[in-house]
Amino acid sequence: MSTLTMNGEFSAEKPVDREKTSKPAATPVAEPVKETKMTSVATPAAAGTPFSEKLAGFGRAILPPVLGMLLLIGIWHVATHKGGSIPGPAQVWNAAVVLFSDPFYSNGPNDQGIGWNVLSSLQRVGIGFGFAALVGIPLGFILGRFTFLSSMVNPIISLLRPVSPLAWLPIGLLVFKKADPAATYTIFICSIWPMIMNTAQGVQRVPQDYLNVARVLALSEWKIVTKILFPAVLPYMLTGIRLSIGTAWLVIVAAEMLTGGVGIGFWVWDEWNNLKVEHIIIAIFVIGIVGLILEQMLILLAKKLTKESS
Amino acid sequence: MEKFVQIERVGQTFDTKKGKFVALRDINLNIAKGEFIALIGHSGCGKSTLLNLIAGLTKPTDGVLLLEGREIAGPGPERAVVFQNHSLLPWLTCFENIYLAVERVFGSKEGKPKLKARTQAAIELVGLAHAAHKYPHEISGGMKQRVGIARALSMEPKVLLMDEPFGALDALTRAKLQDELMKICEKTKATVVMVTHDVDEAVLLSDRIVMMTNGPAATIGEVLHVDLPRPRERLTMAHDPAYIDYRAAVIEFLYEKQVHVEKEAA
Repeated sequence: MSTLTMNGEFSAEKPVDREKTSKPAATPVAEPVKETKMTSVATPAAAGTPFSEKLAGFGRAILPPVLGMLLLIGIWHVATHKGGSIPGPAQVWNAAVVLFSDPFYSNGPNDQGIGWNVLSSLQRVGIGFGFAALVGIPLGFILGRFTFLSSMVNPIISLLRPVSPLAWLPIGLLVFKKADPAATYTIFICSIWPMIMNTAQGVQRVPQDYLNVARVLALSEWKIVTKILFPAVLPYMLTGIRLSIGTAWLVIVAAEMLTGGVGIGFWVWDEWNNLKVEHIIIAIFVIGIVGLILEQMLILLAKKLTKESS
Repeated sequence: MEKFVQIERVGQTFDTKKGKFVALRDINLNIAKGEFIALIGHSGCGKSTLLNLIAGLTKPTDGVLLLEGREIAGPGPERAVVFQNHSLLPWLTCFENIYLAVERVFGSKEGKPKLKARTQAAIELVGLAHAAHKYPHEISGGMKQRVGIARALSMEPKVLLMDEPFGALDALTRAKLQDELMKICEKTKATVVMVTHDVDEAVLLSDRIVMMTNGPAATIGEVLHVDLPRPRERLTMAHDPAYIDYRAAVIEFLYEKQVHVEKEAA
């Protein structure tokens, strides 16, 4: 925000003039000072670049990741082609084709398609994570707003936060008497800390200027929360959400290995017991891809929501 | 003289890690209705501290501040502030930023159409009707500062407080906004207290220039009555002997009587 304020030093007094000068987009280099003022000027300039240049840019963006993937598969192939307990890429590919041809079969609770397993893991994460957001975000607001409460609660959070969420699993089993809610509860525990901490930090970091505006206008507490605190804290909150969903997805695999039932973590363990190592490798890829998608979705959401406040 | 704002024996002491720091001592000043006051002094002399006291953002450790005979107990929309760095909310458009203030002050008495009309009037007053629905990051620094002024004026404050409102702008933009501010003040008959470190700005705009001594324990050194007829024209003023004398008097105060020691600024 502050960097944008600095643009004012260029005496950008008349936006009408500025738009006029920005029209000849073909010569963007001619007036570098004026061109840097408005980022939107860059768009028509980019649209004017020839097709071959665009293609080259696309190649530069796509080529390295593709090469990296090929390299990984190559190393994997070389390491496993002499045989041994770990299957090579071709073997795993064949197993994957069979596996994904019917992802949603169900032969009783202990033998279900990989689709069901992933979905039930996602469901647990969703519920645990949802409850964590429901509790953590308001709590973060309260702790950020009232120093006394935050100094009261902070030592407790500092003590509990480094504890592995799995250490809470027996307590969950004891309280809920069932495996499924216990796993969900573990997700809740591990998601809530980043949510509280980031929201509270965001509230504390709301620029004093905005709060002074609120004081001079003598805004009501409701207006302060909706018009100033919430929009200012939103980017921090979204960071908290992104961190928690990452941890939650890490933890669910381990929690399900311990609790059993249906779920990608349990499935990994089950396939280990069946000694289907290629399925374990497939699971690793599936977990990675799902985690990646979750993260990217939240980054996209954050961009969409904070675009206007940037 | 009519006493609209009274500042009586005001002192401000801050508690710091190194002990007590006396920022201001023994400030006495009366401001009349419709007067334009400039507070000038070297950086660190407590100009902004004094402005914050009038705004009610901080409370004095000694003395008392009154507006129309009533003690200033806290910040409020009757004493609108134009902040140094505009302080617009980045997630609201210019219109919405002003509307927030208008709604707060007049929302209990007036309906939505009236509030919107007020907002529109304020934004037109500073000549930004075309940018009403832009976000702060889409407009220039000068325009942002104008929105800040429009927001403050839209509340119809009893006193308009400005904390180096043009300090962050380039010379040309600053001159333009100064001219605009003069016109607005003539139109609205506003009472203004403006913190500045620009000698020309102070002489051109104000009825009285309050010159502050260097901190710590700063106080009012001299008060200069600027008796130039209004409306004032920047170009004719530049050759006006009276203007040149006033300017010289301020410069003399700042650079001879209150020679600035660099380490104090740090």
